[in-house]
Amino acid sequence: MRVVIAEDHALLRDGLTRLLRAFDLDVVAAVDNGPALLPALLEHRPDVAVLDVRLPPTFTDEGLQAAIAARTRVPGLPVLMLSQHVEPLYARELLGTPHGGIGYLLKDRVSDVGEFVDAVQRVAGGGTAMDPEVISQLLARREPLAVLTAREREVLGEMAQGRSNAAIATKLRITEKAVSKHINNMLTKLDLPPSDDDNRRVLAVLAYLNA
Amino acid sequence: MKRRGGGARLGRWTWRGVRAVLAGLAAIGLAVTNVLLLVVAVVTLALTPVPYLGLALFPWTMTVIRMRADLERRLASRAGVLVTRPYRPPSARAVAGGWEHFRWTVTDPATWRDVAWLLPGAVIGLALGAIGVLVPLYGIAGLTLTPLWIWLGTGWYGYGAVWSVDSFVAGLVCVPQGAVILAAGLWLAPWLRWVDALFARVLLAPTKAAELRLRVTQLTVTRAGTVDAQAAELRRIERDLHDGAQARLASLSMLIGLADRLIDRDPAEAHKLLAEARASSGAALVELRDLVRGIYPPVLAERGLDGAVRALALSLPIPVTVDIALPARPDLPLESAAYFAVAEALTNVIRHSRARHGSVLARYEDGVLRMVVTDDGTGGADPSGGTGLQGIERRLAAFDGKIELSSPRGGPTVLTMELPCAL
Repeated sequence: MRVVIAEDHALLRDGLTRLLRAFDLDVVAAVDNGPALLPALLEHRPDVAVLDVRLPPTFTDEGLQAAIAARTRVPGLPVLMLSQHVEPLYARELLGTPHGGIGYLLKDRVSDVGEFVDAVQRVAGGGTAMDPEVISQLLARREPLAVLTAREREVLGEMAQGRSNAAIATKLRITEKAVSKHINNMLTKLDLPPSDDDNRRVLAVLAYLNA
Repeated sequence: MKRRGGGARLGRWTWRGVRAVLAGLAAIGLAVTNVLLLVVAVVTLALTPVPYLGLALFPWTMTVIRMRADLERRLASRAGVLVTRPYRPPSARAVAGGWEHFRWTVTDPATWRDVAWLLPGAVIGLALGAIGVLVPLYGIAGLTLTPLWIWLGTGWYGYGAVWSVDSFVAGLVCVPQGAVILAAGLWLAPWLRWVDALFARVLLAPTKAAELRLRVTQLTVTRAGTVDAQAAELRRIERDLHDGAQARLASLSMLIGLADRLIDRDPAEAHKLLAEARASSGAALVELRDLVRGIYPPVLAERGLDGAVRALALSLPIPVTVDIALPARPDLPLESAAYFAVAEALTNVIRHSRARHGSVLARYEDGVLRMVVTDDGTGGADPSGGTGLQGIERRLAAFDGKIELSSPRGGPTVLTMELPCAL
């Protein structure tokens, strides 16, 4: 699996490269600034791009802008954004680009190596990896969620992070059948059409939460 | 619809004229008090050499004269001419009636400008007030007295262009003249008030030097506030770093050191310690992140005011409409102050207003960045009540900004924040 990395901090860039290589991922390019990013993405067309939101020279949201631009040019290009902070606003913008694997995680998540590599692979496979922080910020917000039971809210949180029914079942220690029952109830209550596509589920949830 | 608008405009115009005429009438009365005050001032000055009496009396006389001058300033402001107070702030040692109090009033040039204004102010006020009152009165006379007198047969009378009104027809001709003169009087009255106010400004407004001195005093106060706030902020950051992230990083390095020792002898225990170390580093990162957000929100650095307020609005429990259109990004300190002011205002809305919807509007016009935070809540917000609004005021005062609050009971609340700046 071919990966492009963008990270301006040399230590973190080396660390990420080493970590991904240790899990047999092929890091084909590691750039350290914004202007070099888009050409690198278009040239290598990686299976997944792991990008920092904030990059030189302006240290604003160049990584995010490059990711959005690249995904518009190469629809479905899987992108995993890493950031020192997570911002629901940015998550919404990323999810607004043409479909394909999307991830947006805090840099801290790298420290849980296994889960991080899992997220990279999930995004490469067209799935979603949303940081629990983003999800909880959005969940904490809107009153309409009051109609959900505590269990349903838990399932929604897990679902919104991009986990499959099986993964949710293991995590919450309930059966898979129970998970899908909760999801169906929840989507009915929230007035969302049920769907099997993981990414679409997250899109639907986020779109609803942002409404 | 159109006729109604015209009617309302005519009504407003008439009302404005009537108010100006009444103000002119008041000015005539006030001119009399001016003369009385001048007499009192002269007598007091003459008494100054008298031990105890003069010294103590003078500041009190000046206080009364200042009250009269303040009244004139207020009236001038109402007529559309802004006249600010020129007085020096009293020295801290001034005791009412004492030497310092005397020195404070005598050495202030504004005192003597007030006294110098008393007589010419009275003359101008009397003259302009009389014109303002007499012209409309003459108009009313034309409208009512002439026909009435003719009707009653009171005899020879003249009005306007019709000299010697001796027939009913001639009396009727006076009516349109009276209407025109009344209208002219009502039109003229506000202008007379304006001219009177302009004259008041000549002596009652601060001179350039006084204005600068007042400005310095004001800057000293706001600077002290800014320095205090900054020092408090630094202390908070220092404490948060020291008690939070720093302590966690120290324990982290200890745990890693311990794991390093144990890794050969007891790998299971070393693993446990490393897991703990990871949790500790995670907690340190969370604390640092919160701290950074409190100092300068990353999204503000990345997206500017619009993006930052939008992001903030997303995290609020009620829907908030954001409409921010600025020609350029303000300087960082000002942008940050503007952001935190809006954030504080929105926090107030969430905490106190019980609003169902809020909105933030920001525009740049004529050298002022104007931000308006509105909610449809219960209203009744009081700047003297909580620390929130005062905090905003202090934050903006550092940049010469100010706030204006409209919050009638029952709502809606509209908070306008203004920051002068160049974009």
